[in-house]
Amino acid sequence: MIECKKIAKIYKDANIETRALKNVSFKINNGEFVAIMGPSGSGKSTLMHILGCLDVPTSGQYLLDGHDVSKLTGDELADIRVKKIGFVFQSYNLLPRATVLRNVSLPLVYAGVKKEEREKLAIKSLTASAFPEQFWNHYSNQLSGGMMQRVAIARALVNNPTLVLADEPTGNLDTKTGEMVLRTFQELHFNHGRTIILITHEQYVAEHAQRIIQIRDGEIITDNINHNRRIINGSISSPL
Amino acid sequence: MIISDLFQETYNALSANKVRSGLTMLGIVIGIGSVIAMVSIGQGASRQIQSSIEGLGSNLLTVFPGVIQPGRGIVSSGRGAAQTLKNEDIDVLKQITGVAHISPELNRRFQITSTGGNNTNSTIIGATAEYPLVRNVSVEEGSFIAENQLRSMGRIAVLGPTVAKDLFADSDPIGKTIRINKINFKVIGVLASKGSAGFFNPDDTVFVPLTTMQKILAGADFLSTIAISVDNKDLMPQVQADATVALALKHRVDPQNPDFSILSQADIIGTLTQVTNTFTIFLAAVAGISLIVGGIGIMNMMLTTVTERTREIGLRKAIGAKKKDISMQFLAEAVMLTFLGGVIGVMLGWAISFAVSSFAGIATSVSIFSILLAFGVSAAIGIIFGYYPARRAAGLNPIEALRYE
Repeated sequence: MIECKKIAKIYKDANIETRALKNVSFKINNGEFVAIMGPSGSGKSTLMHILGCLDVPTSGQYLLDGHDVSKLTGDELADIRVKKIGFVFQSYNLLPRATVLRNVSLPLVYAGVKKEEREKLAIKSLTASAFPEQFWNHYSNQLSGGMMQRVAIARALVNNPTLVLADEPTGNLDTKTGEMVLRTFQELHFNHGRTIILITHEQYVAEHAQRIIQIRDGEIITDNINHNRRIINGSISSPL
Repeated sequence: MIISDLFQETYNALSANKVRSGLTMLGIVIGIGSVIAMVSIGQGASRQIQSSIEGLGSNLLTVFPGVIQPGRGIVSSGRGAAQTLKNEDIDVLKQITGVAHISPELNRRFQITSTGGNNTNSTIIGATAEYPLVRNVSVEEGSFIAENQLRSMGRIAVLGPTVAKDLFADSDPIGKTIRINKINFKVIGVLASKGSAGFFNPDDTVFVPLTTMQKILAGADFLSTIAISVDNKDLMPQVQADATVALALKHRVDPQNPDFSILSQADIIGTLTQVTNTFTIFLAAVAGISLIVGGIGIMNMMLTTVTERTREIGLRKAIGAKKKDISMQFLAEAVMLTFLGGVIGVMLGWAISFAVSSFAGIATSVSIFSILLAFGVSAAIGIIFGYYPARRAAGLNPIEALRYE
C-alpha cells in the first residue's frame, strides 16, 4: 500500500524557486491500476520520481508498505528500489548487446540473487508477461519496439515488486503496439494482481486504467474511478 | 554484485568497443614493455661488467699512484699522471702476511707493426712472471714472460688475442717479429681471450718484460699499478690496511692522506655498479613516462565511456544499483585494461630484451622482480586512473542520467 501525505517538492536553482508539487495527498491500495495524468510541466514526472524512490520530497511523508521512505539517502533508496519498485520507461532502457534473459535478470544481480535462481525468476517473469520463448536468447537490440517494451515489463516484474511504475510506456510506440503493451498491463493487473501506476499525458492511454488521478500545476485536480474503462481483448502472446 | 558478474559486465563492455579498448591498452603495453626491456638491458649490462671484473681475479687489490676519490670513479681520477710508485715498493709489499703474489706493471700506448706490414695501436704492459697468477690470465699458445727474460731485459713479447689477430690475421704469430716503437721484439706467446671489462679490454694488449719496458721503451723507473693477489677473501681488508700503512711509511707520507690508492675489486665493482645503476634508472624513467601517458589514455577512454553510457548508468541505478556497484564496475574495466596491457607488455618486453641480446649482443636479464613490479604498477595505474571516472559514474544522479540524450 502506498500513501502520500502532503507531499511538496521545491527545486531551487540560482535563487529561483520552482514549486513542482504542492501539498499532494493520496492513497493507492494493493492491486490497483492507477493512471496519473497531466500535461507536461504539471509535476507528474516529479511525482513519479518520488513514488519510484528516485528522489525524496522537500516536505511531507511518503509511506511505502507502511515504511516512511521520504527521508532516506541515495544508497538506502537504491535498496528500496531493488526490492519494491519496478520501472518501465518510455525509451525501454535495455542493455544493448545483452540477451533478453540477461536484461530481465539484471535487477536480481543488484539484489544479490544467486545465478541459478536468477534464470528461474527471469523465465517466470517472461512467462507472466507472455513474452514468446523463441526470443529469450535474442539480443535486445534485435527486437522491435513493442517487444523491447515487453522485455522492460518483464524486467520490472522480476524482483516481485510492490509497485510497477510505467512512465509513458507507449510514448515511442504506434497505436497498435501501444495497445498490446497496455493489454499486457491489464493482464498483469487482472490475472496477477499487480499494483500498477501509469504516468501519461494522453487521455486515451489513461482510460485503460481503473482509476485516474489528474494533476495540474503541482496539484491534484481530480481523482476518480474510471467508469468508461477501455478493456483490450485478445491474446497478448503473439509477437509484435 | 559478485565477482563473476563483474567479470561478465567488464568483458561485455570492453568487447563492445574492441578497437578503442585495444588502442587504449596499447599505451599500457608499450609502457610496460619498454620498462621491462630497458630495465633488463640495464641489469644485464651491469651483471656482465660485474662478472668480467670478477673474472680478473676476485682476491685482487690494486695499488694506483695518486689519489682516487671514492665515488668519482676511475675515469675521472687522472690515473697515470702521478709517478709515486717505484720498484722498491714491491719489496715492502712482499713482507705483508696474506699476500700471495705481486704483479708490478707499467702501461704505455705504442704503435706496433708486424713484419707483414700490419700495424695497430695498443696498450703495452711491462709485466713480471707473476702477472698471469695475479690477473687470472692463461696462455693459449707458447709461454708467458719468464724470470730469466726479466733479468736479461729480453726483447720478447706476449700478445693479447685481439692484437694477435690484428697483426697476423690467421697465421701463427709464435716466433715472428714485431716492432714496438721501432724496436724489434720476438713473439713467444698468445693469451687466451677474456672479453672486455667495461672500460678496459685485456685482450687488446701486448706484454713485455717489466725491465725492458722501464729501461728501453718508456725510459722511466716508476710503475703505473701494482696488483696484489691475497691468499683468501677474508684477509682482503687486513692486507689492504697493512699495505696502506707500509707504503705510506716507505713514501714518508701520512697514511690518512697517502700519495697512492689501494682499491679492491669490490671498490671497482661498486663504482661501476653506480654508473650502470644510474643508467638503468635513466632508462626506466624514460619508459615510466610512457607508462604514465598510457595511464592518461586509460583515464581519457574511461571518461568518454562514462559519458556515453550515462543512460545505462541511470538505468542501473534506477533498478537498484548502489554507488559501490557502479564504481566497482568502471574500476574493474580500467583495471582489466591495464592488467591485460601489463600481461602483453611483459611478453613484449621479454621479446624485445631477447631480441636485443641475440641480435645486438648485449646481455639482458629479465628478473622476476621486474615482472612482478610491472604487474603491480599496471594494476595500480588502472586503479589510479580509473578511480576518478568510476567515481564520476557512481555520483551521477539517476534522474538526470535517465534523461541524458
